[in-house]
Amino acid sequence: MYRMANYDEPLLNEMEERKICKEEQIPLPDKIKRSDLDLPSLSERSVVKHFIHLSQMNYGVDTGVYPLGSCTMKYNPKILEEVARTDKVEHLHPRQHESTLQGSLEIIYKLERALCNITGMDAFSLQPAAGAHGELTGMLIARAYHENNGETRREVVIPDSAHGTNPASARMAGFDVVEIPSREGRVDMDALREVLSGNTAAFMLTNPNTLGIFEKGILEISREVKEVGALLYYDGANMNAIMGKARPGDMGFDIVHLNLHKTFATPHGGGGPGSGPVGVKSHLEKFLPVPRVTKEDTHPEMYRLDYECSHSIGKVSHFYGNFPVLLRAYTYIMVKGSDGLKESTERAVLNSNYLMTKLVGKKYVLPFGGRRMHEFVISAKNLKGRGIRALDVAKRLLDYGVHPPTIYFPMIVEEAMMIEPTESESRETLDRYAEIMNEIAEEDADVMRNAPSNAPIKRIDEARAARNPALKWSDF
Amino acid sequence: MKIVSVAGNAGTQNSRSNMKEMMGKAGINDIDELFGDIPEGIRIRGLDIPPGKSEIDVERKINCILKGNKSFDDMPSFLGGDIKPHYVPPAVRHIISRSEFYTSYTPYQPEFSQGMLQSMFEYQSVVCELTGMDAANISMYDSATALGEAARMAKRASRKDVFLIPRNISWEKKSVLNNYARSAGIRIREIPYGEDGKVDLSAVRGEGKEIAGIYIENPNFFGLIDDRIDVIREIKEKTGGLIVIGVDPLLLSIAKPPSEYDADIVVGDGWMGNPMNFGGSRLGIFACRKKYMRQMPGRIIGATVDEDEKRAFCMTMQTREQHIRRDRATSNICSNESLCAIAFVAYVSLMGKDGLKNLAVENINKARYVSDRLSSIGFEMPFGTEFFNEFVAIPPIDAGELNSKLLSENIHGALSLEKRFPELRNALLYGITEMHSMDILDKMVGATKEIVGGKHV
Repeated sequence: MYRMANYDEPLLNEMEERKICKEEQIPLPDKIKRSDLDLPSLSERSVVKHFIHLSQMNYGVDTGVYPLGSCTMKYNPKILEEVARTDKVEHLHPRQHESTLQGSLEIIYKLERALCNITGMDAFSLQPAAGAHGELTGMLIARAYHENNGETRREVVIPDSAHGTNPASARMAGFDVVEIPSREGRVDMDALREVLSGNTAAFMLTNPNTLGIFEKGILEISREVKEVGALLYYDGANMNAIMGKARPGDMGFDIVHLNLHKTFATPHGGGGPGSGPVGVKSHLEKFLPVPRVTKEDTHPEMYRLDYECSHSIGKVSHFYGNFPVLLRAYTYIMVKGSDGLKESTERAVLNSNYLMTKLVGKKYVLPFGGRRMHEFVISAKNLKGRGIRALDVAKRLLDYGVHPPTIYFPMIVEEAMMIEPTESESRETLDRYAEIMNEIAEEDADVMRNAPSNAPIKRIDEARAARNPALKWSDF
Repeated sequence: MKIVSVAGNAGTQNSRSNMKEMMGKAGINDIDELFGDIPEGIRIRGLDIPPGKSEIDVERKINCILKGNKSFDDMPSFLGGDIKPHYVPPAVRHIISRSEFYTSYTPYQPEFSQGMLQSMFEYQSVVCELTGMDAANISMYDSATALGEAARMAKRASRKDVFLIPRNISWEKKSVLNNYARSAGIRIREIPYGEDGKVDLSAVRGEGKEIAGIYIENPNFFGLIDDRIDVIREIKEKTGGLIVIGVDPLLLSIAKPPSEYDADIVVGDGWMGNPMNFGGSRLGIFACRKKYMRQMPGRIIGATVDEDEKRAFCMTMQTREQHIRRDRATSNICSNESLCAIAFVAYVSLMGKDGLKNLAVENINKARYVSDRLSSIGFEMPFGTEFFNEFVAIPPIDAGELNSKLLSENIHGALSLEKRFPELRNALLYGITEMHSMDILDKMVGATKEIVGGKHV
């Protein structure tokens, strides 16, 4: 069984220092000259050892199964790393003359076209640096659209099953959030109709939603939203469930964001850099961030950065987004191609359904009826009678060397465990995961509550961290 | 029944017969049954993009496209303007290439993420030491969004709504700031810069009680180092606004930290350990004083203990964040630039305090060397020589002509300022770092001398 390494690794400032090298004369006026700087001076050998030790106390997709619901922790093909780490990518200044940037501009242009095809949208901006950043961009576009129509619409409607970023992004863009309850795991049409009005700017929807359930009524939802003149926004966090099978653009969505670090296999980096491109239908294209990348059909073709867009919301990132992530996603699309992307979706949904069949029963129950897609949410509430919670199941999974699912989300399911195996995992891995989940549900409650006992540390006192924050080494 | 072939695609691994069995267990005969909830009218048969290619073909194709780029290695560049080239020690790349780091996600399970969490804690510690602040988050997307978040935080903390910025910050930052600020009801006001190229702090005095915050860059967009510490302190006292300082972390290794001029929030481009990357996949530094830490945006790592009282790290103060507070969160940020933060702390520890200081001095000395040489061939230096590694210079001939002639000699000239700052007619912003060897500098100066020579003897 997998065992994570366990070092008593000191902090950098606790490590033994090497000798100090010669100091240069500092050419600054005394008034501004720094008197002391308390940073470590270490040899390369010590630094590398330190971080290798730390890496060995970390779990990634390459380590093993990582079925974190809503995060699409699929395998990141190594070719993506190869292409992104060259001087043509890394040593490029964003303010260089267009004629010296043709390679990167071509990648951006072509990736935008591919994403348009995949989502059924008309135009894309690759500038947002993460999913939530894409949501904010989308909401700013929605605001600009309504303002351009001479309207001030204040409300954004969001289902209670939505990711927390949705209401946070809508609020950041200056809207009031109206949350509607779900009915049987889907949008409650009556509740939706009740809140839609001439004051609704947009309805934000994840489809399939965070329960892994496809919103069957999407075409009706779209009609209702458009009836009141509002925009329909697609949170693309779950695009891995439908890529190659259906397109948000065909469902009536006006604005879409994608998470390239989810659906398009770029690595998550421990929490970034990601990328959250935003796609729109043609009536919203003029509001997209600047610069747009355009192509001139000269010989040879010339790609240009176009800043002259009169209705643009302006910029959302300092420059053009996280370019190396964009390049990785474009590479992934090239390797997979039309059939490969569709096949990935089919395999992701099959894996999810297969694992769900093996888990749902007396121990773990499935809230709400109907089909699930690339992910599913089970409830561990039946274990509560024995004093075991979803948190205990998650921590005990660590003892078996596998990463737990997302827990306690979505909030509408009691003791929720949200599982997304992705297409990357083999049947054997899924079988083993189900076996472990089912076995530990019968384990002694004390063992469960004391888990993990097989990780580098025991269960951690998070309340203390929040009560008395120690946020840097000098706080000890 | 149609089952697609498995051939050659990285990332999927069940055989056709295995898939059949799995479908049986899942109670379906045809894979399309899994998609039965999608209305028939909107189902598609496939995507209108080319079929998949072999890895060797893809790698060749990508490399061929990227040949259209001229990197610093192909052609030295002297561009300034928020981003400059810096060397990344090979060990940094090796550290962030550890796939336990780069294929992990946000450390929701701290017991399985101590490596990432400790590295992030070390990043926060290093940023706090450099800036003199009490708390830092794990990163913003870039320095422009960090500034946007700082303006919003200044409003939250002060309950006032005017945010002052120097006129001479980059256009890109202003545009991003506007998107972050306007929707929060923040009014942005610009402070002019004086004849010395520095923000005119006297223009701030006397402004009313409506000021949420004041943003000052040091070094500023023109590369100038600001030593008016007492004046900044005075302004804070008079206006009551939060002082937000934009920094270059390298200058902080030799210059006083913003804490010494009473900064409340520090933001900046966290380039250390991260290549230019065409402007993206870097990080935004964000740090603040303790009294404001619960107003911060983004992920924050804290130290605590496990059940055995052993030191351990976890994400903390999460009640500020979107996954808990939803529409009342301090920010919507979820994914950030974590891996770039690991590169940053790896860089700082490899360089060490003396390495950083010496590098800062090298940057200053090289920039001054170039400015001296350019002065001697007729360039005008409108703002003096108190700069870090960027400076403004006005050539004796048309700047556009100079740059296009340099480009034809495979040298990328400095950044033209006239488009965004029309009052700076014909001005160029030079960025000089350790990446510019003396040979490269002399080559550029020599070529420049040739070009302007005809007009100036």
